Amino acid sequence: MNPLWVIASITFREAARKKILWTALVVGLGFLMVFGAGLYYQMADFHASNMPPFLRYQVLSAMLMVGLYTVDLLAVVMTILTSVDTISGEIASGTIQAIATKPVARWHVLIGKWAGFVAMLAIYVAVMFGGTLAAGYWIAGVSLDNPLRGGLLVYLECLLALTATFLMGTWFSTLTNGVIVLGLHGLAFLGGWLEQMSGFAQGSALVTLGVVSSLIMPSEAIWRRAAFLMQPPLAGALQFTPFANISVPSGAMVGYAGFYLIIILALAIYHFQRRDL
Amino acid sequence: MLLGLVSPSGGEAFVLGVPSGEVEIRRKVGFLPEDFRFYQWLTATELLEFHGRLCGMDAGRLRERVPYLLDLVGLAPHRGKRLQGFSKGMLQRIGLAQALIHDPEVIFLDEPTSGLDPMGRRLVRDIIRAQRDRGATVFLNSHLLSEIEVTCDQVAFIRDGEIVTTRDLRGWQEEKVRVRVCARKLAPQIVAGLSQWATCDQLDDQSLSLTAASREVLPEILCYLVQSGSAPFEFTPQRISLEDLFMEIVGEDRGL
Repeated sequence: MNPLWVIASITFREAARKKILWTALVVGLGFLMVFGAGLYYQMADFHASNMPPFLRYQVLSAMLMVGLYTVDLLAVVMTILTSVDTISGEIASGTIQAIATKPVARWHVLIGKWAGFVAMLAIYVAVMFGGTLAAGYWIAGVSLDNPLRGGLLVYLECLLALTATFLMGTWFSTLTNGVIVLGLHGLAFLGGWLEQMSGFAQGSALVTLGVVSSLIMPSEAIWRRAAFLMQPPLAGALQFTPFANISVPSGAMVGYAGFYLIIILALAIYHFQRRDL
Repeated sequence: MLLGLVSPSGGEAFVLGVPSGEVEIRRKVGFLPEDFRFYQWLTATELLEFHGRLCGMDAGRLRERVPYLLDLVGLAPHRGKRLQGFSKGMLQRIGLAQALIHDPEVIFLDEPTSGLDPMGRRLVRDIIRAQRDRGATVFLNSHLLSEIEVTCDQVAFIRDGEIVTTRDLRGWQEEKVRVRVCARKLAPQIVAGLSQWATCDQLDDQSLSLTAASREVLPEILCYLVQSGSAPFEFTPQRISLEDLFMEIVGEDRGL
C-alpha cells in the first residue's frame, strides 16, 4: 500500500475515532435545526402578513445567504481547530519520530496528513453546505444560483485555511500556529469588509487595503466570490444582504487563491523536509 | 542523524554503507524512541499494522508478524486494547514491537528498559539477544550501565557528543582486576615494589587498592606481600563494574 495512502487513511480515521468529525457534524446538525426552525417561523410570519411574494423571496434568499455564511465561518474555524495540532503537536510530543524513521519520505507524511483532512473537510462541507441549501429549498422553497460552484469555493476557502495551518505547524508550536492562522483569517475578514465598505464610500485607500489583505490571505475574498455567484442578481444589486455586489473579487482572485494554496503547500513540504524532528 | 531525524552540522554518516537519511535504507532499520508515544486511540494490533504498512508489508505478512510480535513482547492478551489504557512499560513494549515489525538489520533502541519492571527488563534483554543471534546489529543507548553490561558486546562512551573511547565487553572482566589489600604494615617501599604487577592507590598505612593487568599475577602479588613482611590479613579481588569504568573514562559529573 502506498505510504501516502496509509498516512491519509489513518489521519481520516483519527478524526473519526477521536470524534472530531462526528462532534463537528453533530454541532453542524444543531445549526441546521436552528436554521431550519428560523426559516419555518419566517414562513409562518409571511403567511400571517400580506408581503408581496417577490419581496418574500428576496428576504428568504437573504436568510439563506446568511445561513451559508455561517456555514462558511464554521467550516473555516473547524478546519483550523481540528488541524492545528497535527504537525506541531506530533513534533512536540515526539510521535512523529516513529513515523519519520520508517521508509517514508517526509513529504509523504505531510501530504498524507493533508489529504486525510482534505477528505474529512469534503464530507463536512458537503453535509453542512448541502444541508443548508436543502433546508432552504424544502422549508422555504428558495434556491440559489450556482450552488455547486459556491460549495466548491467554500471548500477551497477551507483548504486555504488547512494549508496555512499545516505551513505554520512546520514552524511554530500548536498555540502559536492557531493564533497566527486565526489572525490571518481575521485579517482577510476585515480586509474583505473594508473593501465592501469602500463601494459605498468610493474610497480608493480602503480598496487598496482590502486587496492587500486578500492577497495576504485570500480566504474571505473567495467567500465573497461565492456569494456573488450564488445570490440572485437582483438581491445583490439591491443590497438585500451584507454580500452586495460591490467590489466583487474577479475570477482571477480564484486563480490566485489556487496558486497561493499550491505555493504554501510547497513551502510547508520544503520546511518540513528540512527541519529537525 | 543516522535515522534522518536531525541534520548534521557537518561531515557525513553511513548506515549499512548507504548515506544516512536515505529513505530506502530505513527498510532495514528499526527505531524505538525514548519515551515512545503514539496515537492513543489505536489498539496494539492496529499500531503494529500501521507501522508494518509504512514499511511496505502486505496483509498476509502482517497477519503472521503482528501476533508473533505481540506474543514476543508479552502483550498478546492486550492486542485489542487501546494505547490510552497502556502503562508506560506497556508502551515501551509495543514501541519495541513496532521497531522490530519489518525484521530490520540494524535496530536503534533509545533507553528501551526505561519504565519497565524487572520482568520487563529481562524480557527486553532476551529480545535484544535474540535479535543479535539472528544477525541484527542493535544499538542500545542507555544510562543504565548495568543493562549495557549484561546485554552488549561493545560499548562506546560519549562525552559532549564525542566518542571518548570504545570497549569490547566480551570477556572484559577477565582483563583488569582490582584488589583490596589490608596488611599490618604497608611501608612505602613495599607499595612501590607492587608497581611491577599493578597500579596502587594507598588508602592509609594499612590498606590499599591495586589494579592488576590480569588475575594471573595475583598469586605473585600475594607472595610478594607475605615475603616482604607486610603481614597481609585481607586480599579481596573486586569486580570492576561498567560504572567504575565509565567514571574512570568519562570523569566526574560536570552537571551536563
